[in-house]
Amino acid sequence: MTSASPVRDLGLRLLRNRSFAVGGGLIFAVLLIALTADWLAPFDPLRNAFRMRLQPPGAAHWFGTDHYGRDILSRVMYGTRISLLIGGLVVVVTGALGTVIGAVAGFYSRLDAPIMRLMDATMAFPSIVLAMIVSAVLGASVVNVVVALSIATIPHTARIVRASVLVAREHDYVEAARALGAGDLRILFRHVLINCLGPLIVRLTYVFAIAILAEATLSFVGAGPPPPAPSLGSIIAQGRDFMREAAWITIFPGLTILVCVLGLNLLGDGLRDVLDPRSRS
Amino acid sequence: MSRLVEIEGLTKIFERRGSLFFGGGRATRAVDGVDLTIAKGETLGLVGESGSGKSTTGRLVLRLIEPTAGTIRFEGEDIGRMSRAALRAARQRMQIVFQDPYGSLNPRMTVADILAEALTIHGEGSPAERKRRAAETLDLVRLPASALDRYPHEFSGGQRQRIGIARALMLRPSFIVCDEVVSALDVSVQAQIINLLQDLQRELGLTYLFISHNLAVVRHVSTRIAVMYFGRIVEIGAADALFAAPAHPYTRDLLAALPAEHPDMRGAHRPPPGDSFAPRTEGGCRFAARCRYAEPRCGAIEPKLETLPDGREVACFRAIDNSLPAAGERA
Repeated sequence: MTSASPVRDLGLRLLRNRSFAVGGGLIFAVLLIALTADWLAPFDPLRNAFRMRLQPPGAAHWFGTDHYGRDILSRVMYGTRISLLIGGLVVVVTGALGTVIGAVAGFYSRLDAPIMRLMDATMAFPSIVLAMIVSAVLGASVVNVVVALSIATIPHTARIVRASVLVAREHDYVEAARALGAGDLRILFRHVLINCLGPLIVRLTYVFAIAILAEATLSFVGAGPPPPAPSLGSIIAQGRDFMREAAWITIFPGLTILVCVLGLNLLGDGLRDVLDPRSRS
Repeated sequence: MSRLVEIEGLTKIFERRGSLFFGGGRATRAVDGVDLTIAKGETLGLVGESGSGKSTTGRLVLRLIEPTAGTIRFEGEDIGRMSRAALRAARQRMQIVFQDPYGSLNPRMTVADILAEALTIHGEGSPAERKRRAAETLDLVRLPASALDRYPHEFSGGQRQRIGIARALMLRPSFIVCDEVVSALDVSVQAQIINLLQDLQRELGLTYLFISHNLAVVRHVSTRIAVMYFGRIVEIGAADALFAAPAHPYTRDLLAALPAEHPDMRGAHRPPPGDSFAPRTEGGCRFAARCRYAEPRCGAIEPKLETLPDGREVACFRAIDNSLPAAGERA
């Protein structure tokens, strides 16, 4: 099992993992659409065209138009960009802070109880309500939505990391590293956290998914990024009143959310499996 | 013989942490006033039942956990008073091998990384140099250099234990704590690992603290044996003398529990009454409640280790008085 390049080896194993390949393919497609919206979007997502109101999907407007005559396909492409941006930022913030908080709580038993009770208190608050309050107090903007959703998703993440750290730090190899003279930081990163990667990756793909969903919810109730910039959630919110006559307004952004969340879950599962050396044949 | 490790009054009390709001918690005296010396080049066997504190003693000696009281001197230096930096440096000379060959190797690191880490921590050598020394050390434990690029899960239990031993040897220590190193292995593999440890001792001039509950193994490898019961040493002496004529009633019971080497030699074995969870008499000998030779004074005063004419030390009034019936006789 000696291979010339560990990086190429990892790449090959990733591609061979079906769940990673399918999930990665879906996310790649969504990302591509979001990033190329400026060139590929057939219409200006903000341009009203009253004569073209509520057109069903057809040759000119693949996903139809809304009650202002705006092209849904173009709006979904731009909306995906904001949703993915928010999801990505929430994952980064939650991943960093949740890991640090959880690792400190799990590794230093003195700090465990104070930190985790604080997390429990945050968790006791319904996360959507919490996010709405933060968004209402700080004002609706992309950054504030990210802050709000991060505050809502950090406690669970910290809890999962802490639990994994508590298990991982009891292994003999941690004591062996200490016996070799390793310091806390080396032990934490090289021996403890690396063995918590599995649950963390799964949790973060889930955070990405719920961030996209929560952003949609916040936009739906008007606490999301301010209009007119479309996000997937705000498109759905605006289409709500026309569900009977023009279901396509909500169906297409809804399907996009579905594809994102499904792709991320598959990607996370695949990544977790491939990164574990024990899964090698 | 020069002394490599000197332990005096070593005590470890584990406080069970109470809750944030309700406090409380109970204390366990895992190791309670242990005195031991280990001579350079010898193997000191440390035996006792589960919960006797032998593994805790092993970790205390390396200061992997902080002692509650007592001093540990390694090559004359007090480990307990060492600064962080001094302790780090001292760790190059004392190492540990663990019981569980599966839990003692980080599953996400290759064998090369596991071994080279010791050198990385102490800033020795270039990456290439570290890998070369890892290969050399693998050779010492009779594993091929091709093992370097593999992960721990690709090896058998015996091979993993060799990797664990190699990791301990990377810094070329003079003293190794072997904590139940063979008890998780098949009997045939146990013999290989024991032989390997003995070969290494000869080749590298190692000193071992060999912790085990397996008396047959301990007898085979040890120069001297210390018997622990409930955090205290009850008997310590040369391996042969201790096996030939165990002085302490607890040692006798331990030896009587060994399977006979031949069916005809099987005696009527009676396990000591009660178990290790039996309530202990406060203030007296810890074994008194289970001892078939106990007298009133055993329950009142705690016996100290005293030297017998043959140089052995035993913590038992009746053994010191020579008033115990000879081993094997019924009380």
